[in-house]
Amino acid sequence: MIEAVGLTKRYGRTVAVDDLTFTVRPGVVTGFLGPNGAGKSTTMRMVLGLDRPDTGFVLIEGKRFGELRRPLRVVGGLLDAKWVHPHRTARNHLRWLARAADLPRTRVDEVLDLVGLAKAARSPAGDFSLGMSQRLGIAGALLGDPRVLLFDEPVNGLDPQGIAWVRKLMRTMADNGRTVLVSSHLLAEMAQTADELIVIGRGRLIAQCPTAQFISEATESSVRVRTAQVERLQTALVHKGATVRHEPGALVVVGLDAAEIGEVAAAHGVVLHELSPRRGSLEEAYLRHTEDAVAHHAG
Amino acid sequence: MTLLAVERIKLFSTRAPVWCIATALVLTIGVTAGLTMLDHAGEGPTPSSTQTMYILGLTVIMVMATLSVTTEYRFGTMRATFQAVSSRSRALLAKATVLAIVAGLVGEVSSFGSWGVAKLIAHSPDTDIHTAAEWRQIAGMGLVYAIAAVLAVAVGALLRQSAAAVAILLVFPLLVEQLVEIIPRVGDRLHDWMPFVAASQFASTADRGLPYGPWGGLAYFAAIAAALLVAALAVVEKRDA
Amino acid sequence: MIEAIGLTKRYGRTVAVRDLSFTVRPGRVTGFLGPNGAGKSTTMRMILGLDRPTEGRVLIDGRPYHELRHPMRTVGALLDAKWVHPNRSARNHLRWLARASQLPRARVDEVLAQVGLTTVADKRAGTFSLGMSQRLGIAAALLGDPQVLLFDEPVNGLDPEGILWIRRIMQGLAAEGRTVLVSSHLLSEMAQTAEDLIVIGRGQLISQGTVDAFVNGATETTVLVRSPQAERLVEVLTQWGMSVRITDDDALVISGGSSDQIGEMAATHGVVLHELSPQQGSLEEAFMRLTGHAVEYQSDEVTVS
Repeated sequence: MIEAVGLTKRYGRTVAVDDLTFTVRPGVVTGFLGPNGAGKSTTMRMVLGLDRPDTGFVLIEGKRFGELRRPLRVVGGLLDAKWVHPHRTARNHLRWLARAADLPRTRVDEVLDLVGLAKAARSPAGDFSLGMSQRLGIAGALLGDPRVLLFDEPVNGLDPQGIAWVRKLMRTMADNGRTVLVSSHLLAEMAQTADELIVIGRGRLIAQCPTAQFISEATESSVRVRTAQVERLQTALVHKGATVRHEPGALVVVGLDAAEIGEVAAAHGVVLHELSPRRGSLEEAYLRHTEDAVAHHAG
Repeated sequence: MTLLAVERIKLFSTRAPVWCIATALVLTIGVTAGLTMLDHAGEGPTPSSTQTMYILGLTVIMVMATLSVTTEYRFGTMRATFQAVSSRSRALLAKATVLAIVAGLVGEVSSFGSWGVAKLIAHSPDTDIHTAAEWRQIAGMGLVYAIAAVLAVAVGALLRQSAAAVAILLVFPLLVEQLVEIIPRVGDRLHDWMPFVAASQFASTADRGLPYGPWGGLAYFAAIAAALLVAALAVVEKRDA
Repeated sequence: MIEAIGLTKRYGRTVAVRDLSFTVRPGRVTGFLGPNGAGKSTTMRMILGLDRPTEGRVLIDGRPYHELRHPMRTVGALLDAKWVHPNRSARNHLRWLARASQLPRARVDEVLAQVGLTTVADKRAGTFSLGMSQRLGIAAALLGDPQVLLFDEPVNGLDPEGILWIRRIMQGLAAEGRTVLVSSHLLSEMAQTAEDLIVIGRGQLISQGTVDAFVNGATETTVLVRSPQAERLVEVLTQWGMSVRITDDDALVISGGSSDQIGEMAATHGVVLHELSPQQGSLEEAFMRLTGHAVEYQSDEVTVS
């Protein structure tokens, strides 16, 4: 569990994070969204004790970062895959981290296997592609088998297999009761991964809620219906108060859910060929929510 | 102990420190050997005169020590360290300790090495160690190196930039401390209280008319290093990583 | 139009690209997909004349790159947005590029306006955010008004607004009749942007065609059904040889029949439907199925102690 309370961070006269309060629950993947410059990275750095908040504080599993005796065993973070000495091998990088957390050396080989870097373990990290660096960063985060995980743009540079792997990893971690906070700009990816969302803009909280709720609040839900008896169904639906639009070969119904439309169709003896609920996309919902909060609007 | 092991692994899992140590030793001992050979005609070297090149190795070791901090900032591993160790002070103290130990050992190897190689070349009884001052000078060299390493770590932590830290550590002892003497009236007095001048009082046996003795000089040098380290700890604790 | 004919590139003993032939058609966005190490970057570099093919050739609008008199007027590319001198202003960066291709200075202001950088045109490029750099890179690619455009991972590092902007500009350029080839690892993004796909693995062509054909060819289409009379419906459908799987939240996933057929059967047997959604496979599923054997860094299954 991560609890941020009244977090504020100023750099000179710019307020990067402004009185931000949120909770990241265990057992679910929480997506952390916001435009560039919204303060996501600053917030994550404050969670990990790297940046000092001007006011407010963050608790990880009920404690401040500075009170954690072996932080890596409580919270693992991947903020920047390039935070590795380029001349040090992947294995040595993990070795000193393991030592800092009083972990056995065998744990290093375990996580190297887990992220698929066993073969590259003795190469200098500077020779790694971005995708491999990302895997090394994930290995570092997983090393202490922590209850809380933070990932900043974890799929950056990964290929489709790697992306699918990270998604599954986060899912598994959350299903095991861990707290997983992941920031990303890839909304289609987040829609598949995140159960809950924390959305910020200009350093302030815009929304914290389940992903499904975030989407349904900001976008229109409709149902796509195909049938040979268009007019009969349309009349019945309009009578029930629905709005019906036409698409090539189909009707788009707003105002009744799929089950209600199915009942109406059955009651009027209408044969259905399709009855598909349609939700808006996370992208649509996000853009609507953050319209006012985008820091850099280009000309 | 854990943190010392962490810093030891970090230090020796890249090649640069090993090269620095080798360079420091080869430079100090090699130049001493060369000078001894060139000096064939004259009297044999005294134990004291075999130690004059210590500043070469010391400079290289200070560069190594300061880079061990600044490269961590440059490559972001300092942040990785702070994620792994919640007390930044303890992490930095561990680093300073490990570097002090390594530098101390290098100092001992280089001082006894320089003396030994000179003795081998000159075959002169003059080179034998007789006085307590000579023992202090040679066996105590490790202390000078160790303190200098702590000072360099502190400077690196304060500045975070490799170029700036290295420039200061090269320019200050080799140039600034000498140029201070030019300042009218106070120059001489100021020069006496320069940290590396104080250290050199300990690292030599000559009487240079300084207002303190060898141990006083070492204590003063250590006090400066400690002050810088305290400042570095305070800044690192407070500053965003 | 881009035509690759029998392209092969060897580096020492490694074959990066092997006998690769494909055509990128104008008027549509073509996605260029493949796992890491599949040879995508090498191929793009050969298209742009940066790497010489060991065998085979690439034609851009009928000619190899080195025969183009004004390459920038024929093909524009965004390979790395950071290839700009940080102390030069956006306008000056474009001005020297324009000069190199003998384009009028007015063209610089046109493309700056097109990518929305007019207000910051005189600021140093080094102060730009990644999104702004990306816009500048695209301005440079568009400068010569080329018919062929290449983008390599164009949304890397962009925020959602920037991603949407890039998607729209690529689709807009294709709609103007240009040839747009874009490589990316983000399959969900490609599914929204591209109409055609070229998929390679280990330097060889795996598939070329429309996104729909690629997905339908590699994945199974099923129908998701919800009904208060699910049991009755399952009986009927299995009698007709369809197979039914029941999900955790009591929906039926039916394969072996179309939604039209299922709807007809439900009506005939008086079963009320609450949902009847044809489920298409995702581009990711299709990609994984077709390139599964062509992966270099395959991670183990995730296991947590």
